[in-house]
Amino acid sequence: MSIAARTTAVGLGGEGAAPSVPHELSELAQKRVIVGYGFWIFLLSDIVMFSTFFAAYAVLVNETAGGPSGRDLFHLDVVAFETAFLLLSSFACGVASIGARAHRDTMYYGAMAVTALLGAGFLFLEVHEFVGMIGIGAGPQRSAFLSAFFTLVGCHGLHVTLGLMWLLTMMAQVFAKGYRPDILRRVLCFALFWHTLDIIWVAIFTVVYLLGVVV
Amino acid sequence: MSDTDARLHLHHASDHAPGDEPVSGHEIAEGLLGYIVGLFLAALITAVAFFLVGTSLVWQPSIPVALLVLAVAQMGVHLVFFLHITTGPDNYNNVLALAFGVLIVGLIIVGSMWIMTNMNHNMMPMNMMHM
Repeated sequence: MSIAARTTAVGLGGEGAAPSVPHELSELAQKRVIVGYGFWIFLLSDIVMFSTFFAAYAVLVNETAGGPSGRDLFHLDVVAFETAFLLLSSFACGVASIGARAHRDTMYYGAMAVTALLGAGFLFLEVHEFVGMIGIGAGPQRSAFLSAFFTLVGCHGLHVTLGLMWLLTMMAQVFAKGYRPDILRRVLCFALFWHTLDIIWVAIFTVVYLLGVVV
Repeated sequence: MSDTDARLHLHHASDHAPGDEPVSGHEIAEGLLGYIVGLFLAALITAVAFFLVGTSLVWQPSIPVALLVLAVAQMGVHLVFFLHITTGPDNYNNVLALAFGVLIVGLIIVGSMWIMTNMNHNMMPMNMMHM
């Protein structure tokens, strides 16, 4: 029995396994694969939750109750910066996960710090936008459109906030405990989470901001 | 079957966790290249989307559809280059889970919009009666 047989993964891995490999062993997957897959399922359920907010937004987007619409409120230059920050932080996060797998301190900590700074920059712009809107009386209580807007975009912002806390935790955990397999699995999950937030942002800047200004 | 054969066979059969580089991906440069290509493509698509909104060069009614297509394309780029969800045999489970997620998301969004548009339409005579 080779080590490779023991690391054959769940499900489809069994079909491809050599006939000499006992069935139960061929179904064993690497823990990293199982953890990543489980977290991927969680992320998909998170995306399903976001889809309900998107559906609510799409239904309520024209119900402005005589108040301001997206065209009056959105500043696409700010949104462009937010988008750039989040995209670059997603890239930096990818670099960090390579650094973690390769056990390179400079690469891991440096890229994680850049990820955090860009994420914080995104949050700053978003909070600034929200405060400005509430300041001119376009808060979530103004109309159904604005309630849906603040729920959808705010929920994404909340995810980014939690992601930032997780990011700092992962820097601290690698610092304190090193590149242990269990810590690396957490880094993998964090990276998946951060990349997924960027995917959701793609939907938000398209559906909410760009279409809000065009349509 | 020799041990090398088994390894070769199993190497192709084993799954990847989403977000994982391929097994050979300990080479840093190789991994970086994937992220750089992804960043470049995503930035390009984003730039086109923001450009479309501000331009009058394009037939205006086509812009919303174009924006949605670009968004789907960019999500694809993110999935492939950042999350490493590919069509390879090691990714069946991840892709199947994704397909199920996309199905549910589609049902929720399209279903909600369809039903609510229909209800709004049915409410029209009532509004007119009040007027």
